[in-house]
Amino acid sequence: MDLYGWIQLALFLGLLGLLAKPVGLYLVRVLDAQGKTFLDRVLKPVERRLYRFMGVDPRKEQDWIHYTVSLLAFSLAGLLFTFAVLRLQHFLPLNPQKLGPVGPHLAFNTAVSFTTNTNWQNYAGETTLSYFSQMVGLVFHNFVSAAAGIAAAAVLVRGIARHSTRALGHFWVDLVRVNLYLLLPASLIFSIFLGSQGVVQNFNPAVIAAAVETASPRDSRTEAGAQTIAQGPAASQVAIKMLGTNGGGFFNANAAHPYENPTPLSNFIQMLSILLISSGLTYYLGRTVRNQGHGWAVWSAMALLFLASVLICWRAESGGNPRWTALGVDPAAGNMEGKEVRFGAFDSALFASVTTAASCGAVNSMHDSFTPLGGLIPLFNIQLGEVVFGGVGAGLYGMLVFVVLAVFLTGLMVGRSPEYLGKKIEAYDVKISVLAVVILFFSILGFSAWAAVTQWGTSALHNAGPHGLSEILYAYSSGTGNNGSAFAGLNGDSPSYNVTLALAMLAGRFLMLVPVMALAGSLATKKRIPPSGASFPVAGWMFTIILVATVLIVGALTFLPALGLGPIVEHFVMTGSSLLY
Amino acid sequence: MAAIHHSLFDRRIVGRAMLDSFKKLNPLSLRKNPVMFVTAVGAVMTTLGLVVRSGKESAGFVFQISLWLWFTVLFANFAEAMAEGRGKAQARELRKTRTSTIANRLREDGTIEAVPAERLRKADLVLVVAGEIIPADGEIIEGAASVDESAITGESAPVIREAGGDRSAVTGGTRVLSDRIKVRVTADPGESFLDRMINLVEGAERRKTPNEIALTILLSALTIIFLAVILTLGPLGRYSGVSFTITSLVALLVCLIPTTIGGLLNAIGIAGIDRMVQKNVLAMSGRAVEAAGDVDVLLLDKTGTITLGNRQAAAFLPAAGVTIDELANAAQLASLADETPEGRSIVVLAKTYGFRGRALSELPEAKFIPFSAQTRMSGVDIDGRRIRKGAPDAVRAFIGQNVPAEVLDSISVISFSGGTPLLVAEGSRVLGAVHLKDIVKGGLRDRFERFRAMGIKTVMITGDNPLTAAAIAREAGMDDFVAEAKPEDKLRLIRSEQAAGHLVAMTGDGTNDAPALAQADVGVAMNTGTQAAKEAGNMVDLDSNPTKLIEVVEIGKQMLITRGALTTFSIANDVAKYFAIIPAMLVGAFPVIAPLNIMGLRSPASAILSAVIFNALIIIALIPLALRGVRFRPLGATALLKRNLLIYGLGGLLAPFAGIKLVDMVVNALHLI
Repeated sequence: MDLYGWIQLALFLGLLGLLAKPVGLYLVRVLDAQGKTFLDRVLKPVERRLYRFMGVDPRKEQDWIHYTVSLLAFSLAGLLFTFAVLRLQHFLPLNPQKLGPVGPHLAFNTAVSFTTNTNWQNYAGETTLSYFSQMVGLVFHNFVSAAAGIAAAAVLVRGIARHSTRALGHFWVDLVRVNLYLLLPASLIFSIFLGSQGVVQNFNPAVIAAAVETASPRDSRTEAGAQTIAQGPAASQVAIKMLGTNGGGFFNANAAHPYENPTPLSNFIQMLSILLISSGLTYYLGRTVRNQGHGWAVWSAMALLFLASVLICWRAESGGNPRWTALGVDPAAGNMEGKEVRFGAFDSALFASVTTAASCGAVNSMHDSFTPLGGLIPLFNIQLGEVVFGGVGAGLYGMLVFVVLAVFLTGLMVGRSPEYLGKKIEAYDVKISVLAVVILFFSILGFSAWAAVTQWGTSALHNAGPHGLSEILYAYSSGTGNNGSAFAGLNGDSPSYNVTLALAMLAGRFLMLVPVMALAGSLATKKRIPPSGASFPVAGWMFTIILVATVLIVGALTFLPALGLGPIVEHFVMTGSSLLY
Repeated sequence: MAAIHHSLFDRRIVGRAMLDSFKKLNPLSLRKNPVMFVTAVGAVMTTLGLVVRSGKESAGFVFQISLWLWFTVLFANFAEAMAEGRGKAQARELRKTRTSTIANRLREDGTIEAVPAERLRKADLVLVVAGEIIPADGEIIEGAASVDESAITGESAPVIREAGGDRSAVTGGTRVLSDRIKVRVTADPGESFLDRMINLVEGAERRKTPNEIALTILLSALTIIFLAVILTLGPLGRYSGVSFTITSLVALLVCLIPTTIGGLLNAIGIAGIDRMVQKNVLAMSGRAVEAAGDVDVLLLDKTGTITLGNRQAAAFLPAAGVTIDELANAAQLASLADETPEGRSIVVLAKTYGFRGRALSELPEAKFIPFSAQTRMSGVDIDGRRIRKGAPDAVRAFIGQNVPAEVLDSISVISFSGGTPLLVAEGSRVLGAVHLKDIVKGGLRDRFERFRAMGIKTVMITGDNPLTAAAIAREAGMDDFVAEAKPEDKLRLIRSEQAAGHLVAMTGDGTNDAPALAQADVGVAMNTGTQAAKEAGNMVDLDSNPTKLIEVVEIGKQMLITRGALTTFSIANDVAKYFAIIPAMLVGAFPVIAPLNIMGLRSPASAILSAVIFNALIIIALIPLALRGVRFRPLGATALLKRNLLIYGLGGLLAPFAGIKLVDMVVNALHLI
């Protein structure tokens, strides 16, 4: 844990905090159908034309049911579209490698994966997908699934802020505005920046280069003495993969690939961009509910959880692996297995924490090769529901569900029946809030337990023992949490894994989203109790602590037994025995 | 009823509660409490495991775990039975008063027939004479009587009940002491006030409150989550080569599900209603108690609530050329025949100037003019002096000329300070003014100050003019007032406060208060009030003390805080239980994880047993807190939260570490494992 790391960590958190306000203020304008932005002069005509084309009246608002139905219908259409593109890519343009159609299970898994903002990849991009499939079939979702997440969060925030109404905004308006005013321009700028750092952006076929050293004989893709260097329109995809917390790499090695993440600066900015919108959304929350202190209390809770996860992961990774130290490996660099030498222990630990705190899933190191405790952190981050900043929108609405539960659990202690920002939390609200959480937990634990005792489940593992269990847990956590990163030691491209993971992703996204929208609808119709000295304080350090404790206790209590059998046992096996698996 | 307060752990109540704990093992009654139901199912499973043993665990271990699981359920039942026990004891006392009486029913032709009280129906007319017990709830339609209501209120002083007005309601079971009254029955048998009271204190009509329902949903959801954890632990363990025994899985499950709050939730709610009863307030439902905690606007009538019922003379302000003694003497003489409290207070104030109160008989030659509402004056004609005292305009009419300027000034000063001016005149000469003041009850200012800290707004309602109202409201330390209020203004005010999102509490006794009482979130009707008022409100104050509204709010808050504190405590407890059980379950297959046993518990078996024992004992340990309620402190939300979070949150996190360790030491010292 060196000084360089500390400085970078301070810089990272500092910048994240500083940028929350400007990003939040911009979000306030984007998420208001009548909001004005500096891009209006260019984009307003486009926006109007889009509404006319779609037959949408931007002044009308929907109630939660209509909003949800629009969102679900749109997602379903997108899912089918991408499935079709993947199955038919050999008939479609931009396929210089002449790749064949994607298999049905894998196509289903991939289509679900991108529709749900997960970007779990059971394929290697450069060897499975045409440029058209990547750019149209997948990047399309990188934009719209991110926008849908932000829109859903905006609906919940509106539900909290408004009272005695059913109107919660208009899905098509939110979708258009978020893409037009936020994601497209930001991605454009970001991809130009990435290009300046050396991220490739072309439509060339792969380059075959003469290798200086002979590649590993196990790698079937390389012929002896030659190396295939993949090419393609990476910069444009990487920009939105980060900003929209999608995480699906253009290349299989994701952000560890030098063409996706070439420089220390690109690494730093990519990490920042993953959390940027989610961090700004907390400011949007404070602003919209007219209690900026609440926005910052939520931000602080996220920042605290984030800091804790980075520190634990960093400490575990920089400590190295005692088994290797005993064999004479210098522990000074930390545990370097599965890490880019360019990034080292700190940048890998920070990236792992960032990408799993958010539902991004981009990786610049192999989480599978982390020390047991170092690997536990990304896993646990995902299992908490990715509410530590979290995926764009999804992080905030997930955290707000925890806020409602925290308020309900502790709210009585001020001598009033629980109320959140003037809204009484009643039986119905509790019911749908816990439903959202329960779905998450059931999917992760249920599918993992199933896979752990079946032939198809265990035969896909590259590791036996507790580490294998971690791999299974990680896969279903990542799928359910719509993260998309993998504990890569598991071969997920089998019909069973493709289908079960797709189901986990669907459950984690849409079965959670419906209760969240219902919560928004319920809160919006309530009367608002005017704030007074007796109101439950949802701003300030005390609330931050309550929120952190609620997230940790609920998460820990649910997953500790499973984690105990996986990474925790593995940790003690590594440090306290000479057992090998 | 006030006379039969029971101590918290009355021996008879404890004995009966222990018996009831077993009766409540009936699955039908357990089913209402999902957490305890799951615990009981777990206990059944481990007990069956004792019969068909797999042979892996010692019988002693399985037996003891089963025993303590049963205790967990029994302790929760006991908590509920204890809470109900106090109410049941009170109900028994009440039933004794419901002796069968013979009523004198009036036939249409005016003749009387004797019928048993149970045969009376609504709208029957009965005659009750001195010494008889009123056979049913009703309204006096003729006559007046003094009534002993101690059976209901515990107050032995008789009260006057009379036809017409707001004192016409009588309660079945109370005794007429003097005179005779004609009563129209207003309740059928089984629906009388006494019946409702018995049902209430007995808990027979108890329904879950909205917050209890919501909390039960959350507790059930946690239970379901932990069930999923336990069910998936089997397969995950099988992958890892660990086979968990049913006993240890059930033990882990029961320790994780929120048994503490699950076991005490009902007791807390019943105890809340019971604490109201201890204060002689009958809450018609737990919902009303809960609403009392949520109230943030208190509507208080000025008279009787904020001020003592009457004004009192506070100062004499003489006219130019009149000494204060002269004025005091004249005012006292003029008030001797004024039997109103105001008049008496003038006599008392004059004594401080050396004029002892004279009895009317001492002045046989004097002609007294008593106070009347028409003349609004009282006075005396003595030795040719015609002394009058009364409302300024009445006195001015009497003297037939203008009042001197300096006296007019005094009058406006008095009015401006919220007082009521009286003029004193002799013949055509104005002697000066008397300052009558509303006396604000002692201690109210502090109380309202505390309410403000809790975020509760106090609003005074009065028929006085705005000037007077403002002065009194200022003196009492109230936030707001409504002056020149008519009865219908109350209803309008409540509606507008509710529309702004506030919850309103009020007291009332008159029939014209009934709509407002019904509209208010907490409407406390005075027991002396009309039947209509009592029907409309959701609480009845047997002492008819309007100031008690304040205590009602405090009890409501106390109940909510107790529920919240124990919920937080219960969930925070889980962390330590995890650290006891998880290492114990895994250490067999993975001896390397021994360092996770941070409490240093002796063996896996004793660790699991200790956690289960602690989990059961904590319910018993918290029963007194659940029944008595956490100490209420009038603090703002932030301060309250901080305090309770520290005690019950942090305390709940740390206490079980020490507790489980202690139990483990005892278990090992006694060689239970």
